[in-house]
Parts: sequence; structure tokens; C-alpha cells
Amino acid sequence: MSTPDISHIKSSDYQLIYEPAEDSFLFLDALLQDINFIRNLRPVTCLEIGSGSGIVSTFLAKELGCPVLSICTDINPHATEVTKKTGLQNGISLEPVLTDLVNGLGERLKSNVDVLLFNPPYVVTPSEEVGSHGIEASWAGGKCGREVIDRVLPLVPNLLSKIGVFYMVVIKENRPDEICSILMKSGFTMVTVLSRRSGPEFLSILRFTRVDYR
Amino acid sequence: MKLLTHNMLTSNIIKGVTKGFPLGIQVSKLEEKSVDFNPDFVARMIPKIDWSALKQAASDVGKGDEIPADIVPQYEQNEDFLKKAHHVLMEIEVIEGELVCPESGRKFPVSNGIPNMLLNEDEV
Ligand SMILES: C[S@@+](CC[C@H](N)C(=O)[O-])C[C@H]1O[C@@H](n2cnc3c(N)ncnc32)[C@H](O)[C@@H]1O
Repeated sequence: MSTPDISHIKSSDYQLIYEPAEDSFLFLDALLQDINFIRNLRPVTCLEIGSGSGIVSTFLAKELGCPVLSICTDINPHATEVTKKTGLQNGISLEPVLTDLVNGLGERLKSNVDVLLFNPPYVVTPSEEVGSHGIEASWAGGKCGREVIDRVLPLVPNLLSKIGVFYMVVIKENRPDEICSILMKSGFTMVTVLSRRSGPEFLSILRFTRVDYR
Repeated sequence: MKLLTHNMLTSNIIKGVTKGFPLGIQVSKLEEKSVDFNPDFVARMIPKIDWSALKQAASDVGKGDEIPADIVPQYEQNEDFLKKAHHVLMEIEVIEGELVCPESGRKFPVSNGIPNMLLNEDEV
């Protein structure tokens, strides 16, 4: 495995966008562990919500080694800029879109997303901190760290193709069991791909697939 | 932004806009970048493409005659067709310009190759 080259990102950029951290690296480890599974899906379209530096989508596209359309959204304009550059730095062409979640893409990507990636702002914060377009949007998750997550969950069944898979990062405070039961109601099954303690955070990477797809 | 990505964008996120597709393109800077041709990938992407929107987008950026008006039968085996589709979908990039909502005329800027689909609070 080769972690994407992010040497082009300056420390001044990290004043404006999320610097890849333990959560990002756990995400990469989980995708690597699942890479044959993902490759066998023969994905055409990957979508990442909140791509930040772009490290996750770059990594996946590189490891897959076959062409995919990688659309990356972020609500922070600096993040979309850096995402584009991180792709190019690693020979990968990412397609950033500056938007709130998947606004403007939801209609046409309906049932078309084969791999959906989401490392959300998951930190428990006061609700008032949610909704910024700056670096606070990287972590501020509001109540239970779920306020942005809970806007994404209802979109998942619509976006994913028949074979589609959804990966997301959570911490214990986000109540993964509850997230699991929400998506179970829409016919998904959950696997915890990896978990790791990092300081005060107990991080997990969750994978959701459709129950009726085998 | 590749024309492939443009094909996935709609403006019906604006209050009162029903379809919002396809978005018009007013381009001030276009780039062509060569991308490895993978016939299998292009063939599997074609069913997800709204071809008339792609044709229109290509026309908007002055490349309308580079693809046929319709998808050809048995395109999976038609290398000539797949190459043209590949070129227009993957190699033509809008770097600077605006995307125009077909119903409201609302413009979404594209800068540095990145479309800005953010709305103001009074638009949602
Ligand atoms: C924890 S960071 C993850 C960044 C990167 N994917 C990684 O793993 O290192 C969360 C990202 O989500 C973005 N974000 C937060 N709210 C968003 C929203 N409503 N729509 C799109 N992106 C959002 C933030 O700007 C930030 O880049």
C-alpha cells in the first residue's frame, strides 16, 4: 500500500481544511483491507461526501487501479481546491463539487453510486457550531456528533446502486448501533470493518451493503 | 470539471425549479487533457449518461460535432463510438465559466475547474 503523497499541502492549508488524522488513516486501512471486495464490484462511480484534503478518494482510486468516476463534494471551498490538487499530485483525476452534502448531484446519481465514502464531522459539539463552511465543518457534529450524519443517512438508499457499498467513519458517541438500525430499515446490513482507539476517540469504519445483494 | 460530471448536475435544488437539467454551459476557459482510453469503462458508463444532455453540453463548449446525436446500437463493440464518447466525457474540462439553470437562469460559477452548487438560504 502507498499512502497518497500529500507533501504539496502546506501547514497554512491546514488552517483552512482538515488535516488527515487517525480517522482518515483508519479509513484508508479499512479500504485497503476491503480492496478485493470493492474491485470485484467493478465500480464505475465513487462518491465521497466531505473529501477535505482528498486523501481518501485519491487512495481508493489508486488502489483500485482501474478507472472510476470519483466525485468529491465538500462544503468548504478550500477543501475542494486541495482535493483536486491531491488527486493530481498522485496522478488521479478527482471531480470536486462545492456543495452541501450531495446537493445538485442527488437526482442524476440516484441508484448510480457504487462506492459511497463519508468521514463525517462526528465530534459531539454544541448544535450552534454545525453548519459552517470553514474548518469547523470538519469536526462539528452537534448532538451526539450525529447532526450531519443524520442528514446523510436518508440519502444512502437513494444514491447506492444495486451492488453499492457505503463506508463511513464513526466514534462510539455517534451510536453506531442506532445508525445500523436506521439503515437496516432500508434493507442494509452493517459490518464493522476496523476499530481503533485514538486518544479519547474510539473510531470505527462501518460498511453497509444491501441485504438482498449477494 | 469534466463533461461527465456536468452530466450528473441538476439545479432542481433551487426552490421552484422542477427539472433543472441539463445546465447550460457558458465557458470562458476550456482545457483538453489526454486520459487513457479504457473501452470497458466507457461502455459501462454509457447507460448512466443522459446522451442528449451530453450532446448539448458538447455544443455549448463548441465541441458538438465530436459526438453523434444518438447512442449507436451495439456501442459496446464500436470502438470508434467509444473513443468519441471517451473524448467528450473524460478529456474536455470546463475550467472557468458558469452553469446556467435552464428554468430560472440562476448561474453557478465554475472556477479552477470546480463547480459551485451552493445556494443562498432564500433559494432553498
Ligand atoms: C472529518 S473531515 C474528513 C476529511 C477527509 N475525508 C478525511 O478523511 O481526511 C469532514 C469533511 O466534511 C466536510 N463537510 C462538513 N459538512 C459538510 C456538508 N454539509 N457538505 C459537504 N461537506 C461537508 C468538511 O468540510 C470536511 O472536509
